[in-house]
Amino acid sequence: MKSTNIGAHEYFHKVVDCQWACPAHTPVPEYIRLISAGHYSEAYMINWRSNVFPGILGRVCDRPCEPACRRGRVDKEPVAICRLKRVCADLKDEVQDLLPRAPEKKNGKRIACIGAGPASLTVARDLAVLGYHVTVFDNGSSPGGMMRSQIPKFRLPDEVIDEECGYIIDLGVETRYNQWVTSLREVLAEDWDAVFVGTGAPRGRDADVPGRQEAAAHIHIGIEWLANVAFGHTEKISKRVIVLGGGNTAMDCCRSARRMGGDDVKVVVRSGFDEMKASPWEKEEAIHEGIPILNMLVPKEFVHENGKLTGVFFEKVRAEYDAKGRRSLVPTGEPNVLMECDEVLVAIGQENSFPWIEKDIGLEFNKWGLPVLDQKTLQSTLPKVFFGGDSAFGPKNIITAAAHGHEAAISIDLFCRGRNLQDRPPPMVNLVSQKMGIHEWSYDNQISEEERKKVPVKSLEKTLKDIKLELELGFDPFMACAEAERCLNCDIETVFTVKTCIECDACVDICPTECITFTSNGEEDDLRGRLKAPAPDKSQDLYVSDVLKTGRVMVKDENICLHCGMCAERCPTGAWDMQKFFLQMAEAGTEAPRT
Amino acid sequence: MTYLVKPNILRPDTPRNTLGYTRRDYEGAISTLCAGCGHDSISAAVVQACFDLDIEPHRVAKLSGIGCSSKTPDYFLGASHGFNTTHGRMPSVLTGAALANRDLIYMGISGDGDSASIGIGQFAHAMRRGVNMTYIVENNGVYGLTKGQFSATADKGSKSKRGVVNSDTPIDLVALALQLGASYVARSFSGDKEQLIPLIKGALRHRGPAFIDVVSPCVTFNNHAGSTKSYDYVREHNDAVNRLDVILPRDQINASYEPGSLRRIVQHDGSILHLRKLATDYDPSERVGAMNHLQERHALGEIVTGLLYVDSAAEDMHRNLNTVERPLNQLGDAYLCPGSKALHALNASLR
Repeated sequence: MKSTNIGAHEYFHKVVDCQWACPAHTPVPEYIRLISAGHYSEAYMINWRSNVFPGILGRVCDRPCEPACRRGRVDKEPVAICRLKRVCADLKDEVQDLLPRAPEKKNGKRIACIGAGPASLTVARDLAVLGYHVTVFDNGSSPGGMMRSQIPKFRLPDEVIDEECGYIIDLGVETRYNQWVTSLREVLAEDWDAVFVGTGAPRGRDADVPGRQEAAAHIHIGIEWLANVAFGHTEKISKRVIVLGGGNTAMDCCRSARRMGGDDVKVVVRSGFDEMKASPWEKEEAIHEGIPILNMLVPKEFVHENGKLTGVFFEKVRAEYDAKGRRSLVPTGEPNVLMECDEVLVAIGQENSFPWIEKDIGLEFNKWGLPVLDQKTLQSTLPKVFFGGDSAFGPKNIITAAAHGHEAAISIDLFCRGRNLQDRPPPMVNLVSQKMGIHEWSYDNQISEEERKKVPVKSLEKTLKDIKLELELGFDPFMACAEAERCLNCDIETVFTVKTCIECDACVDICPTECITFTSNGEEDDLRGRLKAPAPDKSQDLYVSDVLKTGRVMVKDENICLHCGMCAERCPTGAWDMQKFFLQMAEAGTEAPRT
Repeated sequence: MTYLVKPNILRPDTPRNTLGYTRRDYEGAISTLCAGCGHDSISAAVVQACFDLDIEPHRVAKLSGIGCSSKTPDYFLGASHGFNTTHGRMPSVLTGAALANRDLIYMGISGDGDSASIGIGQFAHAMRRGVNMTYIVENNGVYGLTKGQFSATADKGSKSKRGVVNSDTPIDLVALALQLGASYVARSFSGDKEQLIPLIKGALRHRGPAFIDVVSPCVTFNNHAGSTKSYDYVREHNDAVNRLDVILPRDQINASYEPGSLRRIVQHDGSILHLRKLATDYDPSERVGAMNHLQERHALGEIVTGLLYVDSAAEDMHRNLNTVERPLNQLGDAYLCPGSKALHALNASLR
């Protein structure tokens, strides 16, 4: 294999699995270390820069970081990254003084953001501090978008949304609430230098089976019902409720229904339990609240008596896979099952909808009804219109929306300055030795062997009675510290210097996971099999050195490294060093270095 | 040196031997030797050898004397019996232990000071008595604990870290062991575990005195230009006569060898030593040839390594003394004391 180019920032970035998996590339280990040191405000600011909504995401993020966490591979469960993010939001001091301010003197450019959801607000924040005049349009009376309308309050209280959206609005962002934008043509006719569309995926998919029209009064679209609950328009539900769908919206629906008077709430899903789109922890929480999840059942008919819903007929199916591994659901042939109920919530997916964008203004859509965009710049076929969040590539999640917002802000800034949008500013990267003394590192390299901490919750009796009562209490400082200590500090990289290595094997002997091998070089597959601990997982890189004095190379399997630094402590010549890799994504206004 | 204890986290696919143990189960306390010390590599090789041989840790007794090398039994086989004797006295304490309980596997760990200076007499007699043991000398050519004076194995003409040239003739423990009757004699290098681990495995499965001299660089006092026991010097002058694979009776033999390139030696317990010949046409069953080869190559400045001599039919001290099969420490009073009737009969027969 060729020796690893550790000069390319992608290499060490990939070793920090959580940061690599995060759409906004939040420097996770860095803020977790700050939490364990009790520096909550600094930890909050690291998050705030990257993902804009730490308090919100610390409660409801889809957490792509956690399945990626190395702790989950070498130990049992990943670090509770998401809930640690909440810790820094909960325990921080006043951060007002740490936040950037918008310049008094504006740069004269005017930007319209359609929708006040996470993507638009991120664009607004990044551009407002550069002196842009940003105006946010929303049909609601307060900022937040789907974070406010679709996520139940027992998971995400309004105060948290108010605080974090407030930080952005307070940068001097102009808001036009209660304004439903009906025509992009009209918007473009106004004097905007660029328009950002962050209108989400606002339409819930319907279940088109017999009885749907007749029993319409008792069948609700999930996200619409959730919005009605969020804004107090709906205050109760019948005793027996069936929720159709297996995603996170279905989980929010069933848990909300449980709190609105539903005694007998069940979730019925077409697919198997493991293939459900809902995050495992959301399924767990629904089950914890006494909601059964029934799988492999396809709705066939809404049964009603003169328009009054009495139940739903389901067909039993099983999964069959063809040669290419594609799944199809085949009826088992058993008789259909009738489940009795009074109301149904349909949460089987969301779709994009742009009735307000005229088809003849030069903005192209693809066959799925999504805007044709440049994947990187998020620019549409109308150069001054940009998209982000769910409205760009279909329904994703909040953290992706924030990541889009950052990219769109960079694009809009480049666009307004007449620059090439493809010339993206690179991330800020730093790699510094953490050695403080013979056995001293600037980080705590003792590996915690504690189990993952569970977030304490309020009692079910109380929380099931009040839909606005937040279920989770969050970690206290002691639990937070213990959980933060579980982080393996994957950003403290093992950096190897061929020149100083005397090949004494000390690192090989001390490594607790046997991830270092000195051997003759070879092709990747061959080399992976010859390591002291064979490394079959090709998604995890091998760190291969240049040729050493004996003609061998050092090969390190990044997959199972605990970043304990024992190799560096044992190395007599300092050929191993522990160096902190810090990567911060570029923000709008960052200049690419001249080359 | 490191003060942290190794974390107990095991990766999910950690290999286990037939006893269900992992390599980590054969480790001991964390080493307090200098970072990069060759001795730590030898400890790691012992761990690997015992893991591979499915040795039950409680069946091993590890004994040592005084010195950096003699500290190392603390760093491997933490669940085995151990005895840290006075300086140079490991061989006689081990001989006593082996006499009392022949059922244990005996491992003597010593250094060049402990065995070639203060304990040379003990070393000599343990070899000639044929004590059934694995005697490992961690040989770095200097007295590390007293700041790097030449030891008795330092080569004549080699330089100390401060530039002093050694004027004394070295003792070659391998040559002594050959002459004194060791029945398994090998030399290796701490920086070459591929060679060292099988040599330790072969020694542990050998009956009789097995001696391994392991050149083990002292990173602090003897790893500089002018030293003949540095990592670089040993790598450059390593003249291996063969490569050993130890095949246990339960193992399948998969490797194929070119005809004439392999020598098979079956030990008393059925384990097979596969010796792949390297450059020279070396015969490891020939004691005199081994001694000659050693001298010739040494004169050329080469360090001969590999399995230099093995007598697979060797007997040990217990056989020579014709002791009973049962360990002596398990013989009860009833067995040891024939009673007054027998005494009277004996006395009567002599009257």
